[in-house]
Amino acid sequence: MSLSNIWVVVEPSNGTLTTTSLELLSHARNFGATVSAITWGDDATALSQEAGEFGATTLYDVGPLNGALPGVPVVSAIAALIASQGAPDAILIPTSYDGRDIAGRLSARLDRPVLTNVTGLSDEGGLVTEHPVFGGSQTVKARFTGEGPGIIVVRAKSFVVEPTEGLAATVVAAPAGDTGTAGSAKITTSHVEERTGPKLEEAAVVVSGGRGLGEAGKYALIEEAAKLLGGAAGASRAIVDAGWVPYSHQVGQTGKTVKPTVYIACGISGATQHMVGMKGSKNIVAINKDADAPIFQIADFGIVGDVHKVLPALIEALKARG
Amino acid sequence: MGMNVVVCVKQIPDPAAPQSFDASHNLDRSGKLILDEADTYGVEMALQLVDKAGGGEVTVVSMGSAADVAGLRTALAMGAAKAVIVSDDSIRGTDSLGTAKVLAAVIRRDLPDLILCATESSDGYTGTTPVQLAELLGLPSITFAKSVTVEGSTVKVDRQTESGYDEVTAPIPAVVTVTAGVVEPRYASFKGIMAAKSKPVEVLSVADLGLASDVGPSGARQQITEVVASESRAAGEKYVDEGDGAEKIVAFLESIKVL
Repeated sequence: MSLSNIWVVVEPSNGTLTTTSLELLSHARNFGATVSAITWGDDATALSQEAGEFGATTLYDVGPLNGALPGVPVVSAIAALIASQGAPDAILIPTSYDGRDIAGRLSARLDRPVLTNVTGLSDEGGLVTEHPVFGGSQTVKARFTGEGPGIIVVRAKSFVVEPTEGLAATVVAAPAGDTGTAGSAKITTSHVEERTGPKLEEAAVVVSGGRGLGEAGKYALIEEAAKLLGGAAGASRAIVDAGWVPYSHQVGQTGKTVKPTVYIACGISGATQHMVGMKGSKNIVAINKDADAPIFQIADFGIVGDVHKVLPALIEALKARG
Repeated sequence: MGMNVVVCVKQIPDPAAPQSFDASHNLDRSGKLILDEADTYGVEMALQLVDKAGGGEVTVVSMGSAADVAGLRTALAMGAAKAVIVSDDSIRGTDSLGTAKVLAAVIRRDLPDLILCATESSDGYTGTTPVQLAELLGLPSITFAKSVTVEGSTVKVDRQTESGYDEVTAPIPAVVTVTAGVVEPRYASFKGIMAAKSKPVEVLSVADLGLASDVGPSGARQQITEVVASESRAAGEKYVDEGDGAEKIVAFLESIKVL
C-alpha cells in the first residue's frame, strides 16, 4: 500500500518554522505522498513560503491562538480537517514542549496510538518507525496496526533539512472552533531568558556538566568554558533533577538531542539516559575521575582526572589564546 | 477549604540496573520495582499544595503489577493518604493511550481538584500519557511546570519554554506535569514509613473498570517488528591527567579544527 497523504505539524517560532519542523517536511517528501503542513499563530502567510520551499503544497492555518496553549486548538483543527476531508496516512509532529501536547491530545481525540521518540522513518509497505532504546545501544522498529492515521513524534536532529524548488504553500484556514474547558489554559505572560551564544541544539560546541561537578555553584565553570568556545552549556539529568540548572539545559532521553562538532562531557559518568541524547556528536571529549566511567566507552578523547582541576585549567588555556 | 490532588505514579525497574526486553518485546519488569524518581516531584508538589490549602488529601494512582507495591508505599510514606493501582494480567503491553484510559477511569470516579504527573516516566519515556488523560477527562492541561500554585479555582503555572518560561493559568480541575528538580522531594520519616504500612492500597482490575479491549497488545494497535543493535561508537584515546589534561584537550580541539 503506497502512502498518499502525510500531514506535518510545523511549529512557528519568531516568524519562521523550527528546524525540527523543516526536518520533518524534508523527510516526508521521500514517501511520494502529498505533504501538507499545519501551523498556527499570526504569520501563516509569511510561513507559507518556507513551508512550500521544504515541500508542503498546502499550509493549514489554525490562526491566532489568543494566548491559548497550542495543544487543544491545533488538535481541534486537525480533527475538523479529518472530519471534512478524511484522514492522512500519518501525522508527523516535532518533539517539543508544544509538539508533545499536540500528539497526546490528538491521540486521545482520534483514539489512535502515538509513537514517540522516533529517530527514523521509512516506508516498508507502511511506515516503520525507529526508536533508540537502552541508551541507544539498540534500535526498536515499530509500525501501527489497524485503521486511521499513525501519530508519529520525531526527535530533533533525526533527518536532514533539505529545501526543494517548491512554490509557496497554499494557505487554507483551519479554525479550531470552540475549544471548551479543555482549551482554557492561557498564557498570561511570556518571559524570555537572556541567552548569549548559540542554542543548545544548534551549537557546534556543547560543554555539559554532571554530578561530578559536586555542587550547583560549579556549573558556572561549564558556562564559562562553553562561552569561551562559542558553544552552549548542557547538563545531565542528575543535576537537573537536583535543581542545579533548569530543564532546558538537559541533554538526553528526557531532554534534548544534540549533535555538535564536539561534545565535552565534564563530570558525567554516562548513564544510558544521557548517552542517547549526545552519542550522535561528531567528536566526544570526556573528563571524569573514574577511569571505568561508561562515558569513556564512547569518547574519542578521554581525560581521567579531577574535573575541578582540568576544567579551570582548560578555561585558563582558552583565555590565554584570546 | 481543602484541596484533593491525584498524583499519577509508576513503579519502574531500578533505572541503574541493566534493562532488557522479554520475549514479547516488553520491558523486563520481573525484578524489584521502585517508585519512579520523576514521580517524587509530583508527590512532593501535591503534598505542599494540600498543606497550603489547609486540608484535603493526596491520592496516588497507578497501573502495573501489584505483586510489589513498595513504590506506592514510598509515596504513602512521604505523606500521600491512599493509593489505587490497576493491575491484572491483561495490562502487559498496554500503550500510553491505553494507560491514560485506565487512569482516567479511576480518576473519574471521584474527580480531584488537581491532577499532577511527571513529564514522562523514566522507563518508557513516551511522555504523552498525562495529556491523553487530560483529553479523555475533558480537562485543560499545562505541561512542563517549573512552579505550581493554586489560587481559588485557578491553577497558575510557570511553564518551561524553549526561550524561558510562560506564566499559564487554567481553571481547576486541570492536569499539570511537573519537571524534575523544581521541588526537593522529602525523605520519608520513620513515622511516615510506619504509617504507610496501614494506609489503604486499593487494587482494581481492568475488568472492574470495563476497559478490557483497550489494554494489552491488541489495544495498543502498534507492534514492534524488529529490535536491532545500533551502530556503536568505539572508545578513542584516554589519558590520565598529570597536570597536562587541559593542554591535551586543547591539542585535540585544534586537531578537529574547533580551535
